[in-house]
Amino acid sequence: MSAEHSTPNTPPTVGDGANSGETELIHFDKVTKRFGTHTVLDALDMKVFAGKHVTLIGPSGSGKTTILRLMMTLLKPDEGTIKLGDRYLTHEEKGGKLVPASDRYSREIRKNIGMVFQQFNLFPNMKVLRNITEAPVHVLGLDKDAAEERARELLELVGLTAHLDKYPTQLSGGQQQRVAIARALAMRPQVLLLDEVTSALDPELVAGVLDLLRDIAHSTDITMLCVTHEMNFARDISDCVMMFDAGRVIEFGPPEQIFTEPENERTREFLSAVL
Amino acid sequence: MTFDWSAIGAFLPMFWKGVLVTLQALALGSLIAFALGLVWALAQRSSLKVVRWPVTVVTEFVRNTPLLVQLFFLFYVMPEWGLTLSALATGVIGLGLHYSTYTAEVYRAGIDGVPAGQWEAAVALSLSRRRTWTAVILPQAIRRVVPALGNYVIAMLKDSPMLFAIGVLEMLGEARQFSSQTFQTIEPYTLVGVAFIAIAYPASLLLRALERRLVR
Repeated sequence: MSAEHSTPNTPPTVGDGANSGETELIHFDKVTKRFGTHTVLDALDMKVFAGKHVTLIGPSGSGKTTILRLMMTLLKPDEGTIKLGDRYLTHEEKGGKLVPASDRYSREIRKNIGMVFQQFNLFPNMKVLRNITEAPVHVLGLDKDAAEERARELLELVGLTAHLDKYPTQLSGGQQQRVAIARALAMRPQVLLLDEVTSALDPELVAGVLDLLRDIAHSTDITMLCVTHEMNFARDISDCVMMFDAGRVIEFGPPEQIFTEPENERTREFLSAVL
Repeated sequence: MTFDWSAIGAFLPMFWKGVLVTLQALALGSLIAFALGLVWALAQRSSLKVVRWPVTVVTEFVRNTPLLVQLFFLFYVMPEWGLTLSALATGVIGLGLHYSTYTAEVYRAGIDGVPAGQWEAAVALSLSRRRTWTAVILPQAIRRVVPALGNYVIAMLKDSPMLFAIGVLEMLGEARQFSSQTFQTIEPYTLVGVAFIAIAYPASLLLRALERRLVR
Protein backbone atom coordinates (compact mmCIF):
# COMPACT_ATOMS: atom_id res chain seq x y z
CA MET A 1 0.00 0.00 0.00
CA SER A 2 2.41 2.65 1.12
CA ALA A 3 5.80 3.25 -0.32
CA GLU A 4 8.57 1.37 1.34
CA HIS A 5 11.25 3.54 2.77
CA SER A 6 14.50 3.06 1.04
CA THR A 7 17.76 4.31 -0.24
CA PRO A 8 18.64 3.92 -3.89
CA ASN A 9 19.72 0.30 -3.99
CA THR A 10 16.13 -0.71 -4.63
CA PRO A 11 14.30 1.19 -7.35
CA PRO A 12 11.47 3.39 -6.06
CA THR A 13 8.12 1.69 -6.25
CA VAL A 14 4.97 3.42 -5.12
CA GLY A 15 2.26 0.89 -4.26
CA ASP A 16 2.84 -2.82 -4.35
CA GLY A 17 -0.21 -4.29 -6.04
CA ALA A 18 -1.14 -6.15 -2.89
CA ASN A 19 -4.57 -4.54 -2.90
CA SER A 20 -6.93 -6.02 -5.42
CA GLY A 21 -7.36 -3.95 -8.53
CA GLU A 22 -4.18 -2.00 -7.99
CA THR A 23 -2.18 -1.99 -11.15
CA GLU A 24 1.19 -0.68 -12.14
CA LEU A 25 0.53 2.48 -14.14
CA ILE A 26 3.83 4.28 -14.64
CA HIS A 27 7.07 2.46 -15.21
CA PHE A 28 10.36 4.20 -15.92
CA ASP A 29 12.94 1.63 -16.94
CA LYS A 30 16.55 2.86 -16.88
CA VAL A 31 15.60 6.22 -18.31
CA THR A 32 18.51 8.49 -19.11
CA LYS A 33 18.16 12.03 -20.38
CA ARG A 34 21.05 14.25 -21.34
CA PHE A 35 21.19 17.84 -22.45
CA GLY A 36 24.45 18.07 -24.32
CA THR A 37 27.06 16.55 -22.04
CA HIS A 38 24.97 17.17 -18.93
CA THR A 39 23.14 14.09 -17.68
CA VAL A 40 19.85 15.27 -16.19
CA LEU A 41 18.45 11.83 -15.47
CA ASP A 42 20.75 8.92 -14.91
CA ALA A 43 19.24 5.48 -15.60
CA LEU A 44 16.14 6.22 -13.55
CA ASP A 45 13.99 3.27 -12.50
CA MET A 46 10.61 4.08 -11.01
CA LYS A 47 7.24 2.43 -10.70
CA VAL A 48 4.02 4.10 -9.64
CA PHE A 49 0.81 2.18 -9.12
CA ALA A 50 -2.55 3.52 -10.22
CA GLY A 51 -4.11 6.09 -7.92
CA LYS A 52 -0.90 6.97 -6.09
CA HIS A 53 0.29 10.50 -5.54
CA VAL A 54 4.00 11.04 -5.83
CA THR A 55 5.81 14.25 -5.07
CA LEU A 56 9.23 14.88 -6.52
CA ILE A 57 11.44 17.15 -4.49
CA GLY A 58 15.01 18.24 -4.77
CA PRO A 59 17.22 21.18 -5.73
CA SER A 60 16.61 22.85 -9.07
CA GLY A 61 18.35 21.10 -11.92
CA SER A 62 18.03 17.74 -10.19
CA GLY A 63 15.80 16.34 -12.95
CA LYS A 64 12.33 16.52 -11.38
CA THR A 65 10.69 18.57 -14.10
CA THR A 66 12.45 16.48 -16.73
CA ILE A 67 10.57 13.44 -15.47
CA LEU A 68 7.25 15.18 -15.99
CA ARG A 69 8.28 16.42 -19.42
CA LEU A 70 9.37 12.93 -20.45
CA MET A 71 6.08 11.57 -19.20
CA MET A 72 4.19 14.16 -21.26
CA THR A 73 6.34 13.28 -24.32
CA LEU A 74 7.59 16.88 -24.45
CA LEU A 75 11.04 15.31 -24.26
CA LYS A 76 12.33 12.00 -25.54
CA PRO A 77 14.59 9.83 -23.41
CA ASP A 78 18.10 9.16 -24.68
CA GLU A 79 18.02 5.69 -23.20
CA GLY A 80 15.46 3.50 -21.49
CA THR A 81 11.71 3.17 -21.83
CA ILE A 82 8.63 4.57 -20.16
CA LYS A 83 5.40 2.61 -19.95
CA LEU A 84 1.90 3.73 -19.17
CA GLY A 85 0.00 0.68 -18.00
CA ASP A 86 0.98 -2.13 -20.33
CA ARG A 87 1.77 0.14 -23.26
CA TYR A 88 5.02 1.86 -24.05
CA LEU A 89 4.84 5.64 -24.11
CA THR A 90 8.18 6.33 -25.68
CA HIS A 91 8.37 3.40 -28.02
CA GLU A 92 6.13 1.23 -30.11
CA GLU A 93 6.45 -2.39 -30.98
CA LYS A 94 6.91 -3.04 -34.66
CA GLY A 95 7.62 -6.56 -35.87
CA GLY A 96 8.63 -7.64 -32.38
CA LYS A 97 11.12 -4.80 -32.07
CA LEU A 98 10.94 -1.65 -30.01
CA VAL A 99 11.30 1.48 -32.10
CA PRO A 100 10.92 5.12 -31.03
CA ALA A 101 7.23 6.03 -31.00
CA SER A 102 5.75 7.91 -33.94
CA ASP A 103 3.94 11.17 -33.33
CA ARG A 104 0.57 9.56 -34.01
CA TYR A 105 1.23 6.70 -31.58
CA SER A 106 2.40 8.98 -28.74
CA ARG A 107 -0.61 11.21 -29.25
CA GLU A 108 -2.91 8.23 -28.78
CA ILE A 109 -1.24 7.16 -25.53
CA ARG A 110 -0.79 10.61 -24.06
CA LYS A 111 -4.54 11.28 -24.18
CA ASN A 112 -4.44 9.51 -20.82
CA ILE A 113 -2.01 12.02 -19.36
CA GLY A 114 -2.75 15.60 -18.37
CA MET A 115 -0.35 18.31 -17.35
CA VAL A 116 -0.61 21.59 -15.52
CA PHE A 117 2.24 24.02 -16.12
CA GLN A 118 3.99 26.59 -14.00
CA GLN A 119 3.02 29.34 -16.46
CA PHE A 120 -0.57 28.02 -16.95
CA ASN A 121 -0.23 28.11 -20.76
CA LEU A 122 -3.90 28.76 -21.35
CA PHE A 123 -4.76 29.60 -24.95
CA PRO A 124 -5.14 33.41 -24.90
CA ASN A 125 -7.16 33.44 -28.12
CA MET A 126 -9.93 31.33 -26.58
CA LYS A 127 -12.41 32.12 -23.86
CA VAL A 128 -12.27 30.12 -20.65
CA LEU A 129 -15.03 27.72 -21.69
CA ARG A 130 -13.39 26.93 -25.02
CA ASN A 131 -10.00 26.45 -23.41
CA ILE A 132 -11.65 23.59 -21.55
CA THR A 133 -13.79 22.15 -24.36
CA GLU A 134 -11.21 22.38 -27.15
CA ALA A 135 -9.48 19.06 -26.50
CA PRO A 136 -12.53 17.03 -25.42
CA VAL A 137 -14.24 18.04 -28.67
CA HIS A 138 -11.31 17.76 -31.05
CA VAL A 139 -9.33 14.97 -29.45
CA LEU A 140 -11.87 12.80 -27.65
CA GLY A 141 -14.63 13.51 -30.16
CA LEU A 142 -17.22 14.62 -27.61
CA ASP A 143 -20.05 16.63 -29.07
CA LYS A 144 -20.01 20.28 -28.20
CA ASP A 145 -22.91 20.17 -25.73
CA ALA A 146 -21.46 17.26 -23.78
CA ALA A 147 -18.06 18.96 -23.65
CA GLU A 148 -19.60 22.21 -22.42
CA GLU A 149 -21.59 20.34 -19.81
CA ARG A 150 -18.39 18.72 -18.59
CA ALA A 151 -16.58 22.09 -18.68
CA ARG A 152 -19.30 23.76 -16.62
CA GLU A 153 -19.09 21.05 -13.98
CA LEU A 154 -15.34 21.48 -13.79
CA LEU A 155 -15.62 25.26 -13.61
CA GLU A 156 -17.95 24.80 -10.71
CA LEU A 157 -15.40 22.50 -9.07
CA VAL A 158 -12.67 25.12 -9.48
CA GLY A 159 -15.02 27.93 -8.48
CA LEU A 160 -14.96 29.92 -11.69
CA THR A 161 -18.41 29.45 -13.16
CA ALA A 162 -18.85 33.22 -13.31
CA HIS A 163 -15.84 33.58 -15.58
CA LEU A 164 -16.53 31.09 -18.35
CA ASP A 165 -17.08 33.85 -20.88
CA LYS A 166 -13.84 35.71 -20.17
CA TYR A 167 -10.49 35.55 -21.87
CA PRO A 168 -7.57 34.21 -19.81
CA THR A 169 -5.88 37.62 -19.69
CA GLN A 170 -8.91 38.97 -17.84
CA LEU A 171 -8.28 36.55 -14.95
CA SER A 172 -5.79 36.61 -12.08
CA GLY A 173 -2.91 34.14 -12.06
CA GLY A 174 -4.64 31.94 -9.51
CA GLN A 175 -7.82 31.91 -11.56
CA GLN A 176 -5.89 31.08 -14.72
CA GLN A 177 -4.19 28.20 -13.00
CA ARG A 178 -7.52 26.85 -11.80
CA VAL A 179 -8.83 27.02 -15.37
CA ALA A 180 -5.70 25.15 -16.46
CA ILE A 181 -6.45 22.46 -13.89
CA ALA A 182 -10.03 22.21 -15.16
CA ARG A 183 -8.72 22.01 -18.72
CA ALA A 184 -6.44 19.11 -17.84
CA LEU A 185 -9.19 17.28 -15.93
CA ALA A 186 -11.65 17.68 -18.80
CA MET A 187 -9.68 15.00 -20.65
CA ARG A 188 -10.34 12.59 -17.73
CA PRO A 189 -6.67 11.60 -17.63
CA GLN A 190 -5.38 8.63 -15.68
CA VAL A 191 -2.29 10.59 -14.77
CA LEU A 192 -2.04 14.25 -13.83
CA LEU A 193 1.34 15.92 -13.95
CA LEU A 194 1.74 19.07 -11.85
CA ASP A 195 4.83 21.09 -12.67
CA GLU A 196 5.47 23.68 -9.95
CA VAL A 197 1.92 24.89 -10.44
CA THR A 198 2.07 27.57 -7.77
CA SER A 199 5.56 28.93 -8.43
CA ALA A 200 4.38 31.73 -10.71
CA LEU A 201 1.56 32.84 -8.43
CA ASP A 202 1.40 35.76 -6.05
CA PRO A 203 1.66 34.41 -2.48
CA GLU A 204 -1.96 35.22 -1.61
CA LEU A 205 -3.22 33.15 -4.53
CA VAL A 206 -1.25 29.99 -3.76
CA ALA A 207 -3.54 28.63 -1.04
CA GLY A 208 -6.62 28.59 -3.27
CA VAL A 209 -4.90 26.53 -5.93
CA LEU A 210 -3.38 24.11 -3.42
CA ASP A 211 -6.72 23.61 -1.67
CA LEU A 212 -8.28 22.76 -4.99
CA LEU A 213 -5.56 20.22 -5.74
CA ARG A 214 -5.91 18.68 -2.27
CA ASP A 215 -9.61 18.30 -3.00
CA ILE A 216 -8.89 16.60 -6.28
CA ALA A 217 -6.24 14.37 -4.76
CA HIS A 218 -8.58 13.20 -2.01
CA SER A 219 -11.76 12.87 -4.04
CA THR A 220 -10.54 11.20 -7.25
CA ASP A 221 -8.49 8.12 -8.06
CA ILE A 222 -6.29 10.03 -10.45
CA THR A 223 -2.58 9.24 -10.30
CA MET A 224 -0.47 12.30 -9.66
CA LEU A 225 3.14 13.17 -10.24
CA CYS A 226 3.88 16.48 -8.68
CA VAL A 227 6.90 18.74 -8.63
CA THR A 228 6.51 21.35 -5.93
CA HIS A 229 8.31 23.47 -3.40
CA GLU A 230 5.22 23.53 -1.17
CA MET A 231 6.27 20.98 1.41
CA ASN A 232 3.08 21.12 3.46
CA PHE A 233 1.07 20.40 0.37
CA ALA A 234 3.41 17.53 -0.49
CA ARG A 235 2.95 16.13 3.00
CA ASP A 236 -0.85 16.35 2.70
CA ILE A 237 -1.38 14.70 -0.63
CA SER A 238 1.52 12.34 -1.21
CA ASP A 239 1.71 8.61 -0.82
CA CYS A 240 5.38 8.90 -1.57
CA VAL A 241 7.98 11.63 -1.69
CA MET A 242 11.03 11.14 -3.87
CA MET A 243 14.13 13.16 -3.24
CA PHE A 244 16.20 13.84 -6.35
CA ASP A 245 19.75 14.96 -6.59
CA ALA A 246 21.92 15.08 -9.69
CA GLY A 247 19.58 13.00 -11.80
CA ARG A 248 19.04 10.22 -9.29
CA VAL A 249 16.51 9.34 -6.64
CA ILE A 250 18.60 9.47 -3.49
CA GLU A 251 15.80 8.70 -1.07
CA PHE A 252 12.09 7.98 -1.14
CA GLY A 253 9.34 7.05 1.22
CA PRO A 254 6.08 8.15 2.80
CA PRO A 255 6.01 11.88 3.53
CA GLU A 256 5.95 11.56 7.29
CA GLN A 257 9.19 9.63 7.08
CA ILE A 258 10.97 11.84 4.54
CA PHE A 259 9.96 15.05 6.25
CA THR A 260 10.61 13.95 9.83
CA GLU A 261 13.42 11.41 9.71
CA PRO A 262 15.25 11.62 6.40
CA GLU A 263 18.15 9.22 6.24
CA ASN A 264 20.19 10.84 3.53
CA GLU A 265 22.42 13.76 4.36
CA ARG A 266 21.49 15.61 1.12
CA THR A 267 17.79 15.21 1.91
CA ARG A 268 18.32 16.66 5.37
CA GLU A 269 20.22 19.62 3.94
CA PHE A 270 17.62 20.26 1.30
CA LEU A 271 14.70 20.06 3.69
CA SER A 272 16.31 22.29 6.27
CA ALA A 273 16.82 24.86 3.54
CA VAL A 274 13.23 24.81 2.25
CA LEU A 275 11.16 24.06 5.35
CA MET B 1 2.35 76.98 -66.97
CA THR B 2 -1.12 77.22 -65.49
CA PHE B 3 -3.16 74.62 -63.72
CA ASP B 4 -6.22 73.99 -65.87
CA TRP B 5 -9.02 72.79 -63.64
CA SER B 6 -11.17 71.86 -66.63
CA ALA B 7 -8.51 69.29 -67.57
CA ILE B 8 -9.14 67.59 -64.25
CA GLY B 9 -12.79 67.35 -65.15
CA ALA B 10 -11.93 65.94 -68.53
CA PHE B 11 -9.55 63.38 -67.00
CA LEU B 12 -11.95 62.20 -64.30
CA PRO B 13 -13.75 59.43 -66.24
CA MET B 14 -10.42 57.81 -67.16
CA PHE B 15 -9.08 58.49 -63.68
CA TRP B 16 -11.88 56.57 -61.99
CA LYS B 17 -11.29 53.63 -64.28
CA GLY B 18 -7.63 53.75 -63.24
CA VAL B 19 -8.50 53.94 -59.54
CA LEU B 20 -10.69 50.89 -59.94
CA VAL B 21 -7.91 48.92 -61.63
CA THR B 22 -5.36 50.01 -59.00
CA LEU B 23 -7.64 48.93 -56.16
CA GLN B 24 -8.44 45.68 -57.94
CA ALA B 25 -4.77 44.88 -58.39
CA LEU B 26 -4.09 45.83 -54.79
CA ALA B 27 -6.91 43.73 -53.35
CA LEU B 28 -6.17 40.62 -55.40
CA GLY B 29 -2.42 41.05 -55.04
CA SER B 30 -2.81 41.30 -51.26
CA LEU B 31 -4.90 38.15 -51.16
CA ILE B 32 -2.23 36.26 -53.07
CA ALA B 33 0.55 37.74 -50.95
CA PHE B 34 -1.25 36.84 -47.69
CA ALA B 35 -2.13 33.30 -48.74
CA LEU B 36 1.08 32.40 -50.53
CA GLY B 37 3.22 33.99 -47.81
CA LEU B 38 1.59 31.71 -45.26
CA VAL B 39 2.26 28.72 -47.48
CA TRP B 40 5.95 29.69 -47.72
CA ALA B 41 6.20 30.27 -43.97
CA LEU B 42 4.67 26.90 -43.15
CA ALA B 43 6.74 25.09 -45.78
CA GLN B 44 9.89 26.56 -44.33
CA ARG B 45 9.03 24.96 -41.00
CA SER B 46 8.54 21.57 -42.60
CA SER B 47 10.61 18.74 -41.22
CA LEU B 48 11.33 17.64 -44.80
CA LYS B 49 14.40 19.10 -46.45
CA VAL B 50 12.91 18.54 -49.92
CA VAL B 51 10.14 20.96 -48.99
CA ARG B 52 12.18 23.50 -47.06
CA TRP B 53 15.06 23.85 -49.43
CA PRO B 54 13.27 24.67 -52.72
CA VAL B 55 10.96 27.10 -50.93
CA THR B 56 13.94 28.92 -49.44
CA VAL B 57 15.60 29.15 -52.86
CA VAL B 58 12.46 30.43 -54.58
CA THR B 59 11.59 33.00 -51.93
CA GLU B 60 15.15 34.31 -51.68
CA PHE B 61 15.30 34.57 -55.46
CA VAL B 62 12.01 36.42 -55.76
CA ARG B 63 12.76 38.74 -52.87
CA ASN B 64 16.16 39.68 -54.23
CA THR B 65 15.20 40.42 -57.81
CA PRO B 66 13.31 43.56 -58.89
CA LEU B 67 9.55 43.44 -59.22
CA LEU B 68 9.78 45.08 -62.64
CA VAL B 69 12.01 42.32 -63.97
CA GLN B 70 9.60 39.72 -62.61
CA LEU B 71 6.66 41.45 -64.26
CA PHE B 72 8.47 41.53 -67.62
CA PHE B 73 9.40 37.90 -67.21
CA LEU B 74 5.84 36.84 -66.42
CA PHE B 75 4.37 38.95 -69.21
CA TYR B 76 6.84 38.40 -72.05
CA VAL B 77 8.53 35.08 -71.30
CA MET B 78 5.72 32.94 -69.92
CA PRO B 79 3.71 33.14 -73.18
CA GLU B 80 6.65 31.53 -74.96
CA TRP B 81 6.09 28.58 -72.63
CA GLY B 82 2.41 28.56 -73.49
CA LEU B 83 1.06 30.54 -70.56
CA THR B 84 -0.63 33.71 -71.71
CA LEU B 85 -2.52 35.85 -69.25
CA SER B 86 -4.00 39.33 -69.45
CA ALA B 87 -1.81 42.22 -68.36
CA LEU B 88 -3.90 42.75 -65.23
CA ALA B 89 -3.83 39.07 -64.25
CA THR B 90 -0.08 38.99 -64.81
CA GLY B 91 0.33 42.13 -62.73
CA VAL B 92 -1.76 40.79 -59.88
CA ILE B 93 0.19 37.53 -59.83
CA GLY B 94 3.50 39.40 -60.04
CA LEU B 95 2.66 41.76 -57.20
CA GLY B 96 1.22 38.94 -55.07
CA LEU B 97 4.16 36.63 -55.66
CA HIS B 98 6.74 39.33 -55.01
CA TYR B 99 5.14 40.48 -51.79
CA SER B 100 4.41 36.93 -50.61
CA THR B 101 8.14 36.55 -50.01
CA TYR B 102 7.96 39.47 -47.60
CA THR B 103 4.75 38.39 -45.89
CA ALA B 104 6.35 34.96 -45.43
CA GLU B 105 8.98 36.59 -43.23
CA VAL B 106 6.27 38.43 -41.34
CA TYR B 107 4.36 35.22 -40.67
CA ARG B 108 7.59 33.49 -39.68
CA ALA B 109 8.29 36.14 -37.05
CA GLY B 110 4.68 35.90 -35.85
CA ILE B 111 4.86 32.12 -35.51
CA ASP B 112 8.23 32.29 -33.75
CA GLY B 113 6.70 34.82 -31.36
CA VAL B 114 4.12 32.37 -30.03
CA PRO B 115 5.51 31.20 -26.67
CA ALA B 116 6.81 27.62 -26.43
CA GLY B 117 4.29 27.01 -23.65
CA GLN B 118 1.48 27.19 -26.19
CA TRP B 119 2.98 24.32 -28.17
CA GLU B 120 3.52 22.38 -24.97
CA ALA B 121 -0.06 22.89 -23.85
CA ALA B 122 -1.24 21.64 -27.24
CA VAL B 123 0.89 18.51 -26.81
CA ALA B 124 -0.37 18.03 -23.26
CA LEU B 125 -3.92 18.09 -24.60
CA SER B 126 -3.01 15.73 -27.45
CA LEU B 127 -4.26 18.15 -30.08
CA SER B 128 -3.40 17.01 -33.58
CA ARG B 129 -0.77 18.92 -35.53
CA ARG B 130 -3.40 20.42 -37.77
CA ARG B 131 -5.59 21.48 -34.86
CA THR B 132 -2.56 22.92 -33.03
CA TRP B 133 -1.80 25.11 -36.04
CA THR B 134 -5.33 26.18 -36.89
CA ALA B 135 -6.77 26.66 -33.41
CA VAL B 136 -3.79 27.66 -31.29
CA ILE B 137 -0.71 28.86 -33.15
CA LEU B 138 -1.95 30.68 -36.24
CA PRO B 139 -4.71 32.70 -34.55
CA GLN B 140 -2.11 34.03 -32.12
CA ALA B 141 0.59 34.50 -34.75
CA ILE B 142 -1.63 36.29 -37.26
CA ARG B 143 -3.04 38.60 -34.64
CA ARG B 144 0.47 39.78 -33.93
CA VAL B 145 1.37 40.38 -37.56
CA VAL B 146 -1.72 42.15 -38.91
CA PRO B 147 -0.07 45.59 -38.59
CA ALA B 148 3.07 44.40 -40.38
CA LEU B 149 1.01 42.82 -43.14
CA GLY B 150 -0.86 46.09 -43.51
CA ASN B 151 2.39 47.95 -44.05
CA TYR B 152 3.09 45.69 -47.01
CA VAL B 153 -0.33 46.44 -48.48
CA ILE B 154 0.62 50.13 -48.47
CA ALA B 155 4.01 49.31 -49.99
CA MET B 156 2.20 47.29 -52.64
CA LEU B 157 -0.06 50.21 -53.43
CA LYS B 158 2.99 52.32 -54.06
CA ASP B 159 4.50 49.65 -56.30
CA SER B 160 1.30 49.22 -58.31
CA PRO B 161 2.27 51.82 -60.97
CA MET B 162 4.89 49.32 -62.13
CA LEU B 163 2.04 47.38 -63.67
CA PHE B 164 1.80 50.19 -66.20
CA ALA B 165 5.07 48.90 -67.63
CA ILE B 166 3.30 45.78 -68.87
CA GLY B 167 0.35 47.78 -70.14
CA VAL B 168 -2.09 47.70 -67.22
CA LEU B 169 -4.10 50.91 -67.28
CA GLU B 170 -4.13 51.64 -63.59
CA MET B 171 -4.09 55.24 -62.31
CA LEU B 172 -0.70 56.13 -63.73
CA GLY B 173 -1.44 54.39 -67.02
CA GLU B 174 -4.65 56.33 -67.46
CA ALA B 175 -2.85 59.58 -66.66
CA ARG B 176 -0.15 58.81 -69.18
CA GLN B 177 -2.74 57.99 -71.81
CA PHE B 178 -4.69 61.14 -71.07
CA SER B 179 -1.64 63.34 -71.31
CA SER B 180 -0.49 61.80 -74.56
CA GLN B 181 -3.90 62.54 -76.05
CA THR B 182 -4.30 66.06 -74.69
CA PHE B 183 -0.71 67.18 -74.02
CA GLN B 184 -1.83 68.18 -70.56
CA THR B 185 0.55 66.70 -68.00
CA ILE B 186 0.49 68.56 -64.72
CA GLU B 187 -3.22 68.03 -64.04
CA PRO B 188 -3.52 64.26 -64.49
CA TYR B 189 -0.21 63.44 -62.75
CA THR B 190 -1.02 65.75 -59.85
CA LEU B 191 -4.38 64.10 -59.41
CA VAL B 192 -2.76 60.67 -59.44
CA GLY B 193 -0.25 61.76 -56.81
CA VAL B 194 -3.00 63.14 -54.62
CA ALA B 195 -4.99 59.94 -55.08
CA PHE B 196 -2.10 57.84 -53.78
CA ILE B 197 -1.90 59.97 -50.65
CA ALA B 198 -5.67 59.91 -50.30
CA ILE B 199 -5.61 56.10 -50.24
CA ALA B 200 -2.36 55.44 -48.40
CA TYR B 201 -2.57 57.94 -45.57
CA PRO B 202 -5.98 56.93 -44.19
CA ALA B 203 -4.95 53.31 -44.63
CA SER B 204 -1.89 53.83 -42.47
CA LEU B 205 -3.97 55.61 -39.83
CA LEU B 206 -6.38 52.68 -39.87
CA LEU B 207 -3.46 50.33 -39.39
CA ARG B 208 -2.15 52.23 -36.44
CA ALA B 209 -5.57 52.07 -34.82
CA LEU B 210 -5.71 48.34 -35.53
CA GLU B 211 -2.25 47.90 -34.06
CA ARG B 212 -3.32 49.54 -30.82
CA ARG B 213 -6.31 47.22 -30.61
CA LEU B 214 -4.53 43.99 -31.50
CA VAL B 215 -1.20 44.25 -29.75
CA ARG B 216 -1.91 43.97 -26.09
